[in-house]
Amino acid sequence: MINTIASFISAAIIQSIPLLYGATGEIITEKSGNLNLGIPGIMYVGGISGIIGGYIYERMAVEPSAFLCIIIPLLSTLIGSGLMALIYSFLTITLRANQNVTGLALTTFGIGIGNFFGGSLLKLFGESGSISLLTTGNYYKTKLPFADDLGLFGETFLSFGFLAYLAIAVAIVSSIILNRTRTGLNLRAVGENPATADAAGINVTKYKYLATVIGGAISGLGGLYFVMDYTAGAWTNNGFGDRGWLAVAIVIFALWKPSSAIFSSFLFGGLYIICVKIPGLSGAAKELIKMLPYLVTIIVLVFTSARKKREHQPPAHLGMSYFREDR
Amino acid sequence: MSVAIELRNITKRFGNIIANNNVSLSVNNGEILSLLGENGSGKTTLMNMISGIYHPDEGQIFIGGKQVSIRSPHEAFEHKIGMIHQHFKLVDLFTAAENVVLGLKEEGRYNIFDVVEKVHAISDKYGFDIDPTKKIYEMSVSEKQTVEIIKVLYRGADILILDEPTAVLTPQETRKLFAVLRRMRDDGKAIIIITHKLHEVLSLSDRVSVLRKGEYVGTVETAKTNEAELTEMMVGKKVELNIERTDPVDPQDRLLVKNISCINREGVKVLDDISFTARSGEILGIAGIAGSGQRELLESIAGLQHLSEGEILYNNPKTGSTDDLRDKTPLQIRELGVRLSFVPEDRLGMGLVGNMDIVDNMMLRSYRRGKSFFLERQGPKDLADDIVQKLEVATPNTATPVRKLSGGNVQKVLVGREIAASPTVLMAAYPVRGLDINSSYLIYNLLNDQKKNGVAVIFVGEDLDVLIELCDRIMVIGGGKITGIVDGRCASKEEIGLLMTKSSGGSEND
Repeated sequence: MINTIASFISAAIIQSIPLLYGATGEIITEKSGNLNLGIPGIMYVGGISGIIGGYIYERMAVEPSAFLCIIIPLLSTLIGSGLMALIYSFLTITLRANQNVTGLALTTFGIGIGNFFGGSLLKLFGESGSISLLTTGNYYKTKLPFADDLGLFGETFLSFGFLAYLAIAVAIVSSIILNRTRTGLNLRAVGENPATADAAGINVTKYKYLATVIGGAISGLGGLYFVMDYTAGAWTNNGFGDRGWLAVAIVIFALWKPSSAIFSSFLFGGLYIICVKIPGLSGAAKELIKMLPYLVTIIVLVFTSARKKREHQPPAHLGMSYFREDR
Repeated sequence: MSVAIELRNITKRFGNIIANNNVSLSVNNGEILSLLGENGSGKTTLMNMISGIYHPDEGQIFIGGKQVSIRSPHEAFEHKIGMIHQHFKLVDLFTAAENVVLGLKEEGRYNIFDVVEKVHAISDKYGFDIDPTKKIYEMSVSEKQTVEIIKVLYRGADILILDEPTAVLTPQETRKLFAVLRRMRDDGKAIIIITHKLHEVLSLSDRVSVLRKGEYVGTVETAKTNEAELTEMMVGKKVELNIERTDPVDPQDRLLVKNISCINREGVKVLDDISFTARSGEILGIAGIAGSGQRELLESIAGLQHLSEGEILYNNPKTGSTDDLRDKTPLQIRELGVRLSFVPEDRLGMGLVGNMDIVDNMMLRSYRRGKSFFLERQGPKDLADDIVQKLEVATPNTATPVRKLSGGNVQKVLVGREIAASPTVLMAAYPVRGLDINSSYLIYNLLNDQKKNGVAVIFVGEDLDVLIELCDRIMVIGGGKITGIVDGRCASKEEIGLLMTKSSGGSEND
């Protein structure tokens, strides 16, 4: 029994990591007042960028080194997803395009890019077969050195690659920056009331750009974790599923707090995987159980909207462009 | 006493409009200066030039004897100038202390507890009553204002400008504010307060500078002046406009407003026991400082405001019945057979839809007519053509989106539509605002035509000369109360000016 529970917890944690990256990135973005619905596409691009970087390095290197196998896909992901977020920023902040439309377009675009390279990366280099970066994947999956010595505890909580721990660290650091620093105060002011922030001498445009691009880059790491650790370097088109939307739902569920996003992601990861873990479920029942995270999110929305506690509401200026009054 | 800030020959234009013409004034350290003037006299524009929001076209600004150029609010801070605007710039979700340090680039580690300490120190020094850890959305208007003042003091301001600080305060709060301002004056700060309440000017300030229609009228010492002199300086001599005014023919009580009161979302009583009668064939003027309750009054009659007390009775000339319009929706009012037309102050917000063309905007009033599944467009199209021609609306055609027209033309479209509905009651809020002289006379004539047709016209205006020449009776409101109803044929500007500034709220001595 205890082993079943331990293996379920472990599986839930694995599922939660991409969600946590996505949610943390989206929270940082939304704190600046930008509702980036391009997150699913950005995470997808993050995944394929890591694959492209890793594939090119593995192809070129005679003896791939552990350090470069880690760092090249990592940088590729940050650049790829950061660029996607930059497109979003340019359209919504500089050109003041509608945020919802831009975000949804970016998601469609990102999935298109992912599937294009996923299907034709090998052909571009004159190879055939399917993408599988075993070497890189193994480096990403390396457990903590002492994990095996700690028995069941080590197996349940310490048997993950470094990206899993990084996700939690990023969420905690984001939480501290948002709540305990000048930068965080200024960023929250931009999302709440950009006119006031502007009058107080805060560069609203700069904060919005930086938050959106950094948030996008962090989300992209969720895609990287998925392709390198979860699937061990193998790419399947559309394999990422609806995890991007789940991340957006977590932002609401966690009430825009990165620290709460850690637990929320774990819960959603568990709900996402539970249908596989319960034996003897029919296909229809599995699909119904997969809806649970969204159902929970709707319930949270109903409660927070009914209670109207100001601290639990989205940033007041979320989704709106900022125009400085003409002078 | 040394001069803190001096303005010399400041002129500011917006397009063709001169907002400030050759204005000079100065404030000393340890002095409170009142800047007095009617709405639109250029007080706020002038102060915005000191706080770096606008830049003067001509003239110089001296601070501590040195000529300076203030290009942004940030540079104003550096010159130790702080302005407290009428509309607070605060983040609702933050605490007072967080708002105070927002955007500051202080040395050292950020620690909100240090800020709370410093805010306490400032509060103790000047006698503010504030909890720095309280969130803004839990605060009263007066507390929010205190946060704004502490914000500028925290940044080290020595010259404080307050834009109509008492407009939103209760008498008790006003008294507290004045005590604080006096303490700051005694501490050597230079304070400018923009106001149009005479009793406040007299009780608080050391000197008064008066502006009228952008022109600098003069500066007097408070101790050597009185209300009558200040009123005359503020409203000026009467100007002859030669607007036609006929005697009302067979006036009958059309709309009886009885003891209505209205409380707004912030809990402030914006209408307080208002009673009056609007008669057919008569123009009733409403005068008052902006924001004294004019908007809420008209919206109450139009069915857009919830009233806490009172009733609004309408005598229907066709059926002879009397209906209570209180708490009815505009649609219910129309279904009662009340022909009410309303030209709201907020033309593109409440009156017209900016992205729709003139014809579609005409249809906003008529779309319920007809039984066909499809809309009938010919009628509204003819009406639109008619209005464009008669009122000389400058537009390429009637298919132009309204938002592309200039302010004056938008106004003509709105007034034209409302009059075409052949109302029995016509309410117009500032219908000539932004119009040139000829268009203004066109509107006056239209209102007079309606009057001759037996319509009860309610005209909210800001120019006293116009009100006196156009209206049969003028009702003056201040602070949500009626301060007087005068006959337009024998009223004087000074009389109305005094009534306007005689608001019951905000007085220090009552």
